[in-house]
Amino acid sequence: MLKFLLSRIAQAIPVLLVVVTATFFIVHAAPGGPFSADKAVPPEVIEALEAQYKLDQPVWRQYISYLGDILSGDFGPSFKYPGRSVNELIMAGIPITAELAFYAMLVALGLGVLSGVGAAMRPNTLQDYAPMTLAMIGICMPSFLLGPLLVLVFGIELEMVPVSGWGDIPGDKILPSITLGTGYAAYIARLSRGGMLEILSQDFIRTARAKGLSESTVIIKHALKGGLIPVIAFLGPAFAGLLAGSFVVETIFQIPGIGRFYVQAAFNRDYTLILGMTIFLSTLIIIFNLISDLISIWLNPKLRDEISNG
Amino acid sequence: MYKSLFSQTLNSALSCSKMFFKYVIIIQALFLLSSCGENETNVSKGNQSGTLYWGNGTEPQSLDPQIATGVPEHHVISTLMEGLVLKDRKTLQPRPGMAESWEISDDGRVYTFKIRNNAKWSNGDPLTAEDFVWSWWRALQPALGNLYAYMLFPIENAQNYYEGVVSDFSQVGARALDDQTLEVTLNHPTPYFLQLLDHYSLFPVHKETIEKFGSADQRGTRWTYAGNLVGNGAFTLEEWEINRKIVVKKNENYWDAENVRLNEVVFLPVENVVTEERMFRAGQLHVTASLPADKIAPYSEMSESPMRISPYLGTYFYRINVDVPHLQDPKVRKALAMSIDRKNIVEKITKGGQIPAYAMTPPGTMGYYPKSDLRYDPEEARKLLAEAGYPDGQGFPVTEILYNTNEGHRKIAVAIQEMWKQNLNVDIQILNQEWKVYLDSESAGEYQISRAGWIGDYVDPNNFLDMFICNGGNNRTGWCNQEYDNLILKVAPAVKSHEERLEIFQTAETMLLNDMPVIPIYTYTSIQLIDPSVKNFDSNIMNHAYYKDIYLEEQD
Repeated sequence: MLKFLLSRIAQAIPVLLVVVTATFFIVHAAPGGPFSADKAVPPEVIEALEAQYKLDQPVWRQYISYLGDILSGDFGPSFKYPGRSVNELIMAGIPITAELAFYAMLVALGLGVLSGVGAAMRPNTLQDYAPMTLAMIGICMPSFLLGPLLVLVFGIELEMVPVSGWGDIPGDKILPSITLGTGYAAYIARLSRGGMLEILSQDFIRTARAKGLSESTVIIKHALKGGLIPVIAFLGPAFAGLLAGSFVVETIFQIPGIGRFYVQAAFNRDYTLILGMTIFLSTLIIIFNLISDLISIWLNPKLRDEISNG
Repeated sequence: MYKSLFSQTLNSALSCSKMFFKYVIIIQALFLLSSCGENETNVSKGNQSGTLYWGNGTEPQSLDPQIATGVPEHHVISTLMEGLVLKDRKTLQPRPGMAESWEISDDGRVYTFKIRNNAKWSNGDPLTAEDFVWSWWRALQPALGNLYAYMLFPIENAQNYYEGVVSDFSQVGARALDDQTLEVTLNHPTPYFLQLLDHYSLFPVHKETIEKFGSADQRGTRWTYAGNLVGNGAFTLEEWEINRKIVVKKNENYWDAENVRLNEVVFLPVENVVTEERMFRAGQLHVTASLPADKIAPYSEMSESPMRISPYLGTYFYRINVDVPHLQDPKVRKALAMSIDRKNIVEKITKGGQIPAYAMTPPGTMGYYPKSDLRYDPEEARKLLAEAGYPDGQGFPVTEILYNTNEGHRKIAVAIQEMWKQNLNVDIQILNQEWKVYLDSESAGEYQISRAGWIGDYVDPNNFLDMFICNGGNNRTGWCNQEYDNLILKVAPAVKSHEERLEIFQTAETMLLNDMPVIPIYTYTSIQLIDPSVKNFDSNIMNHAYYKDIYLEEQD
């Protein structure tokens, strides 16, 4: 097991290095610099700024010194926001984005597992078709459409929930969480339906039923653990996706998370912020994938044996 | 009524499946939870507590007045600091700020400001003439990267000092005669100098605070953070949460504190204009920064609409690269300019009350009215194009309009493409580039015709005309006329009377329009939603808000 962990961590290092290198050279090669502006910038100013941010050095030297900085955990100063370090910007946004992702995940799991399992219990009936059709719609419905729709109905017409903000007005976390979670709920519904259908057709379930156990005991005690393995495997990438992909929802609902910074950084050519965000999010994705693999292994005896036998 | 109808439909639609009842119950439980909180809006709360909720566009880059650029930054900084003069909120005429009075010498070059006795920093320190001298010294340090350093250039030797020609700051024309007297000597009599003093790059900054957090010319130190910043404005910085909000609170040490009626201003960086409009409707904002174009029509149909459209000191125009062979002949450029139906564009496309522009400088800028014979005249345009060797557009190469990616710019470019095809029978392509790429292309002259906009920094024709001097950083058209440069740089600054000066600008602008390296299209408007409880927020051509005057009145 330890060997498995170590080898996965060892694999992560070259992956991260490739990510850093590719991103670094791509952002530096992109046309337009961080300091170009609509109103002409005097050459004196450009010179002073480039010297200050070491942009006057050859790119390879900037790259080496950047690698040195990130090894010590310093993502450098933001170009666009003088006075703010990239670490500071990430730290300001990540708790909010993580909280949003967490609630969205709860929504996704709650809706997804319930309807997926329900559908699997009565395959090919209305109880199956209705949620699965909705799930298909959920997958196809982009959040930039769902978000404003929810706001118009529940925020403006019915006045049940605030239309924007995060932690400012009671209830303002509901709509963003639902908007972000719905697409994932749809995936989870389909995954859990598939997983459950497979498990429910197996012999040990038939045995359980033959013993005279109630259907709910069969589902909860016997089928769920195996049936949800595909969902567990999906959770890691899903959580990483929620963190990295919250930009649209953050913009629609005016949430001060990291998603908005990430996209703006690209438009602003804020080199250090783009790089910092990319490295930070790639690391998170690697960690979450690892965690969800570990949980899958723990849940699945077959895999567990394979790993421990080398 | 609407509510019950909605939930009925919702319920009947979903009742077919048992599963859905569970969802409905869960969702309703969530909403019940949420509605425990009182349904009080920011606006109703703010009207009681004297808190103004202001939609501020984007997150400010910096609150250092000598580093910042941009409108959101301007709004926040103008609550925290104040220059020598303020302006009348309607007419923008100078009125006393930090200086209670001033005298101008007969030759118009020496200004003597009397700083008020009760001028104080927000920490209680007295504010003196020396503070201004030090602040302006800092503003002229190249290492600071101050994009607005040129606002100080009318001051004697300021430009020379900035460019390193003069190394001794005592030669720059800003001197503190005593604590209360500041003498400013200018290069030339500059009638708009008082206008400049209300710009944040000339605001005083607190020396001790800045030096506490780094050296004076160091960018991005922490002196502008909440808790650190010491200012001299009507408000102090209370909170700054990145991307969430900036809160400023009334400054009790402000010289005119007794007349400041707001207790707090909350600046919300709402980047998405659609979200902003929804927040306004839900009572979360008193004032929005803008309004999506497709919402203008419904708001104008409302009786007692909260929408306000007012002229804005800015021109939407096209640059023409005069180095492109087939665009070298002024006749061609004039033909293009004359075959744009501007009225159609502002009425059918932009729809925000924009004013068709037939000159670069918006009419009425400090009493200036450009003389322009530009008009919509397709017939004359065809004649000009034929004279230039392209009768009925024959042989005219396919020409490209470059614009930065934006739906509004695209629509205008498509309309102009169509108008030129119809009126002149010339083929036009349109090309969009992402903002920074577009900036690069335009500055490098890698374009044929490109969309542009210019928003005035101060109310004077000079600000619109000096951009087209030979090789000026904002010229970017390749157009160069020595005679024009002479008028703008030498003749206009030297004359004494205002009328004479305006005449010189008229002559210069006529030269510009005769050669037509730029095609003016329309004068901007500012379009905002304003809650009726907001009082004393008058419109002016710079769209500057004077927060010390604003107050909130509860509505029934």
